[in-house]
Amino acid sequence: MAKRDDLGLREALSDRLLPMLVAAMSFLAALGLAGTLASASLAHAWQNEASATLTIQVPQPDDPGATGKTTRLAAVQAALAQMPGVENPRLMSQDEENKLLAPWLGEDATQLGLDLPSVISARWAGASSPDALGQSLGKVAPGTLVDAGAIWAARVAALTGSLQDCAAVVLLIVAAVAAAVVAVAARAGLAQRRDTITIVHGLGALDGDIAARFSSRATVLVAAGAAGGTIAALPVLAWLAALAAPFAGTGIQPGGGGLFNLPLPLWGTLPILPLAAAGIGWVTSQITVRRWLRGLP
Amino acid sequence: MVRFEDVWLKYSTRPGTPGHDVLRGISFEIPDGGFRWLTGPSGAGKTSLLKLIYLAEHPARGFIDILGTRAAHISRREAALLRRRIGVVYQDFRLLPQLSAYDNVALPMRLAHRGETQINADVTEILRWVGLEDRLNARPDELSGGAQQRIAIARAVVARPKLLVADEPTGNLDDEQAQRLMLLITALNRLGTTVIIATHNMALVERYPAPRLRIEAGRMVQNG
Repeated sequence: MAKRDDLGLREALSDRLLPMLVAAMSFLAALGLAGTLASASLAHAWQNEASATLTIQVPQPDDPGATGKTTRLAAVQAALAQMPGVENPRLMSQDEENKLLAPWLGEDATQLGLDLPSVISARWAGASSPDALGQSLGKVAPGTLVDAGAIWAARVAALTGSLQDCAAVVLLIVAAVAAAVVAVAARAGLAQRRDTITIVHGLGALDGDIAARFSSRATVLVAAGAAGGTIAALPVLAWLAALAAPFAGTGIQPGGGGLFNLPLPLWGTLPILPLAAAGIGWVTSQITVRRWLRGLP
Repeated sequence: MVRFEDVWLKYSTRPGTPGHDVLRGISFEIPDGGFRWLTGPSGAGKTSLLKLIYLAEHPARGFIDILGTRAAHISRREAALLRRRIGVVYQDFRLLPQLSAYDNVALPMRLAHRGETQINADVTEILRWVGLEDRLNARPDELSGGAQQRIAIARAVVARPKLLVADEPTGNLDDEQAQRLMLLITALNRLGTTVIIATHNMALVERYPAPRLRIEAGRMVQNG
């Protein structure tokens, strides 16, 4: 069929309603896509931070250790220095302990005469879980507690995994609604141009030719709407990225940076939205029109 | 060649309900390059028979051969390609209201992916033949019924079809225009186009003698 608008599709497939509806869908899809990428990024940052942190409490630090040659604290520090995977073990100062305990015991907990444990912070860089660390340290100083961030890391992973799943479901729903919108628009166009299509069909137009004319028009409108919706979402995404920056450790200052706040992976995937929408528009309109044409002899 | 063997056609008012017979046991044959008048009273089934020929209906039973193709056993693509070899003049013209006279006539050639140079030459020529060379850009609603009918005829013949099917093609034309169009159709017929024309105009039938197919109440009562 010729490239001209023989079927009158410029009127039958309006250049207003369909692009506007698709723009709204794309706006939501952009937010969903950003949510997927952001939760993945936050999960990565939080899990690294949480799983790498070790807090070791040594009760009665000045008592003799298991060997009796040194204090329990010195024995634990010596053991930590020998253990592979433990990095930067550092004994917390009294001031630091006071800050930790201040919410419960007041400003100067160490002056209360309580038998407080010494606290050592370290980073865990081992490949495996630091679970065995507590048992090893318990042998040189019984009662020593090791608080690994792995549990929190697992909970963060579960939470962010769920957030990613939800964002993916949102994307799927948006895609399904976009397909439904295109199908309804195509059926409305077919109903409006029923007589014209019947005549052209009778003159020997192939189903594929007629469907291609509808698909071309629908694809252009959908792609334009999706591009508009995606562009409209950019300021909102930049604002959200600035809000999330402190949690993701990206170094972006809240409220600053504008569109430059958006992470590179998002810049890489946002252009896919209009392309994906165009694909949905083309496939949906092809299926809708070809099924409708089956009703003709 | 057009060949019908014991063809029946049913119309049902609602899907799934038994229909009533519109055509009953129709059999005839028109050889390549043949000319037939199709006559009969209103409601006899002339238009329904033409619809079977130009593949707008499927028979309830029977055998139909159109231009060497068995109509019941072709794919949708083959049916579309076969329709391109059939020129049809509809009783209600069926012009595309959004297109100009020129573009309406050019449509079958564009569907066949002919070049615009050839389209321009052929469309201009045929519109001159039907006396509408000065109304190329007029839309159907700007033309009289007779002019619309001439556009419909021009569209049916512009691609030089192997088979021309016309349903009351001169119904809205004055005698001079009818004569002119019959000259065009008989010229096409002499060039090898098979022609079948349904009409009530017995004066026209008498003026252009040719074998007749007469239908009454869905049955063929005269063949030849």
